[in-house]
Amino acid sequence: MTVTGDGRNTATSPLAASAGLTDDDLLAMYRTVLLSRAIDERMWVLNRAGKAPFVISGQGHEGAQVGLAWPLRRGYDWIAPFYRSITTCLAFGMTARDLMLAQFAKASDVSSGGRQMPGHYGSMERHIVSVSSPVATQILHAVGIALASRIKGEDAVSVAIMGEGSSNQGDVHEGLNFAAIHRLPFILVIENNGYAISVPAEKELSVKDVASRASGYGVPGVIVDGTDVLACYRAGRDAVERARSGGGPTLIEAKVTRLTAHSSDDQQTKYRSEDDLAQGRAHDPLPIFREQLRDAGVLTDELEASMADEIRSIVEDATTFAEGEPDAEPSTALDHVYGDATGAEPAPPWHPSAGARSEGPAA
Amino acid sequence: MTTRTLIEAIRDGLSEEMRRDPTVVVMGEDVGKKGGVFLATDGLWAEFGDNRVIDTPLTESMIVGTSIGAALNGLRPVAEIQFADFIHPAFNQIVSEAARLRYRTQGGFAVPMVIRAPYGGGVHGALYHSQSVEAFFTHVPGLKVVVPSTPYDAKGLLRSSIRDDDPVLFFEHKRMYRSVRGDVPDGEYTVPLGRAAIRRQGRQVTLVAYGLMVAFGLEAAEQVAGEGIDVEVVDLRSLRPLDRETLLGSVRKTGKCLVAYEDNRFGGYGAEIAAIVAEEAFDFLDGPVSRIAGPDVPAMPYNHVLEDWFMLSPAKIADAIRRLAAY
Repeated sequence: MTVTGDGRNTATSPLAASAGLTDDDLLAMYRTVLLSRAIDERMWVLNRAGKAPFVISGQGHEGAQVGLAWPLRRGYDWIAPFYRSITTCLAFGMTARDLMLAQFAKASDVSSGGRQMPGHYGSMERHIVSVSSPVATQILHAVGIALASRIKGEDAVSVAIMGEGSSNQGDVHEGLNFAAIHRLPFILVIENNGYAISVPAEKELSVKDVASRASGYGVPGVIVDGTDVLACYRAGRDAVERARSGGGPTLIEAKVTRLTAHSSDDQQTKYRSEDDLAQGRAHDPLPIFREQLRDAGVLTDELEASMADEIRSIVEDATTFAEGEPDAEPSTALDHVYGDATGAEPAPPWHPSAGARSEGPAA
Repeated sequence: MTTRTLIEAIRDGLSEEMRRDPTVVVMGEDVGKKGGVFLATDGLWAEFGDNRVIDTPLTESMIVGTSIGAALNGLRPVAEIQFADFIHPAFNQIVSEAARLRYRTQGGFAVPMVIRAPYGGGVHGALYHSQSVEAFFTHVPGLKVVVPSTPYDAKGLLRSSIRDDDPVLFFEHKRMYRSVRGDVPDGEYTVPLGRAAIRRQGRQVTLVAYGLMVAFGLEAAEQVAGEGIDVEVVDLRSLRPLDRETLLGSVRKTGKCLVAYEDNRFGGYGAEIAAIVAEEAFDFLDGPVSRIAGPDVPAMPYNHVLEDWFMLSPAKIADAIRRLAAY
C-alpha cells in the first residue's frame, strides 16, 4: 500500500492499472455499489412494511451505473438520468439521506420536496436533471444542455440515461439525429435489462442490440457487459473524452439485468420464468465485482467488514432521519407554479390561505 | 414612432433582445438563411450566425425538448414552431416537462423559454395551417400563454416573454402578420404579461377577445354603434396569466359579456372566461354570458366558401352582440 501525505492510498493493482485507476478508486466504486444496493433493499423493506407506497429499483444496474458515471466531472458535467439511476445519482454526489428523503417524500426531499414519486431524483446544483415519468423525454434535455455548453464555449459533457424500453420513443430518434448533426458533447447510455415492464426485448426491439442503431446516426455504438464495472468505466471514459474533445456523441449500451420487479406494483413471476430469473441472478453485478476485487487483492476481509459496518450505519441514519422529517405543509402546495406570483390562479377554497394568491418562491 | 406591421414588430423585438442578451437563441425549422416561412426571423442569421440562429430538422418535440435543456443550462431559447398546427408532437415536452420542471423541483429548475407559433385561419390554410391551439395550453398551470393583437403589443409582449423565467407560448395570428400596422416606439419598452387592454370604451356590452378577434370585434362594435349599442372591447393579450380585474371590472360596468374566439366553441378558452364571469360577476349580469366561436368540426376546411363558413367575421360578431344587447 502506498499512502501519500494527504492519506490517500495510491496503490495500483494490475486490475486498477488496466483501467488507469487506483485501488482506492476501485474501492470507492465498490462502496457506491454496496451502498446503492443497501439503500435499494431498505426501500423495499419500507414498502413491504407499509411505510412507503412505492419503490422503483435499480438492483442489477449498479455495476454499469457506477462504471459509466465515474469518468464524469461531478457538478460540472450533466446527467439526465431515469428512475433506475440510484447508483448513478449516488456517484454524482447525492447522499443516502437525499435518496431516503425522496423515498419518504418529505418536505426536505432535495429532489422534489415530496411532490414526485420516489426514484425521481434531481438537483440543479449537482447538474442532475430532474427525472420525470414519461420515458425518454430527458434525452432532449441532455442534448439541449450539450448545445448550450457548445454555444457558451464550455467543455461540459451531457449524458442521457434510460432503459432499452425507453429507447424506442421518438424523442430518442430526434435527439440522436440532432446531437449527431452538430457533433454535440453528448452521450446516450442505454441500460438494457431485457424488459420493458413485462415485454421482453424481442417484442420491443427489432434488433438484438440497441447499440446497432447508432450507425443510423453516424455515431459509435458501444456494447458493454454491465457486470464488468471496469469495462463500463473504460467505455464511459472513452466516450467522455471523445465528447469533450469535440468528437461528438456516443451511444453506449450496457447489458444489465433487472433483479427486482419493475416496481413495487409489479409481480414479475407472472411473466418471467424461474429459469430466466435465475439467469438474471447469475448476472448480479455486485458479487461479480466483489469477486473481481478480491481476486485482485484489492478487497480484503477486513475492508469488507468495515465497509459493511459503515454502510449499515449510513442506511440506518438515512432511514431514521428521513422518516423523522416533516411532510410538506399543504399551504406550500401552490408554491413554485411560476417564478413570480403574477402567474398564479386563485387558491381553491380548501387551501389554508384561500382567497389570497399563492406566494412565489421564497426570496 | 415608426409604423410597423405585426411581423416587423416581432422581428424587431427578437433582434433587439438578441443584441441585448447574448443568451437569447432562436431555434426552429427554416429560421436561418430563409428567415422563417413568414420571415419572422429574416436577417437574424446574418447578424447573429449559426450559433444563435439554429435551423433544425423537422422535429417539433426536439425543438421544444432541446430548448428546455438549453434553458436549464443558462440560455433563453426562442423556439419557433412553424405552424401552431404542428405543435402537437411537442405536447409532451411542453406539458409534462416545461410546465412542470419548476413545480416538481420546488423551484430548483426553471425553464425560461418562449415558443412562438403562428396560429389562426382565414388564410386558405385548411385543416393543418389554420388551427387555434391556445386552449390546450391555457389549461396547464406552469405555462404562460400570450396572444398579441397590435404591433406595439407584439414587440412589447415578446420582450417580456423572453425575459420571463417561465415557459411562454406566444401565438401570433398569421392573418395579422402583414395586414395589421401600427405605431411602435423607437426606444426600448415592454408590455407586461397578465394585463389586458381596453381597446374601446363602452357602456352596454363587454366584448372579450384576443388576437384577430380583437380587430373583428372593433369592427363589429362600430357596426352596432350606429344602432345605439355601445360596446366595450377588452383585449386580453395574455390568456394566462389572466387579468381578472380588467375583465370583471368591464363586465360589472356593462352587465353583459360576450366572448369571441376563433377556436372551436366546445371547451375553448372562452368557456373559462364565461365561467369566471358567471361565478364572479353574477350579481352584475343582466343577460347570459355568451360565446361566439368557431363551429365544432375537427378543423377549418380549405374551400373558400367553407372557410368563410367556419371563420368568425365582424358581421357574425355584430349579430351576436345584437342578440345579447336585446336582453
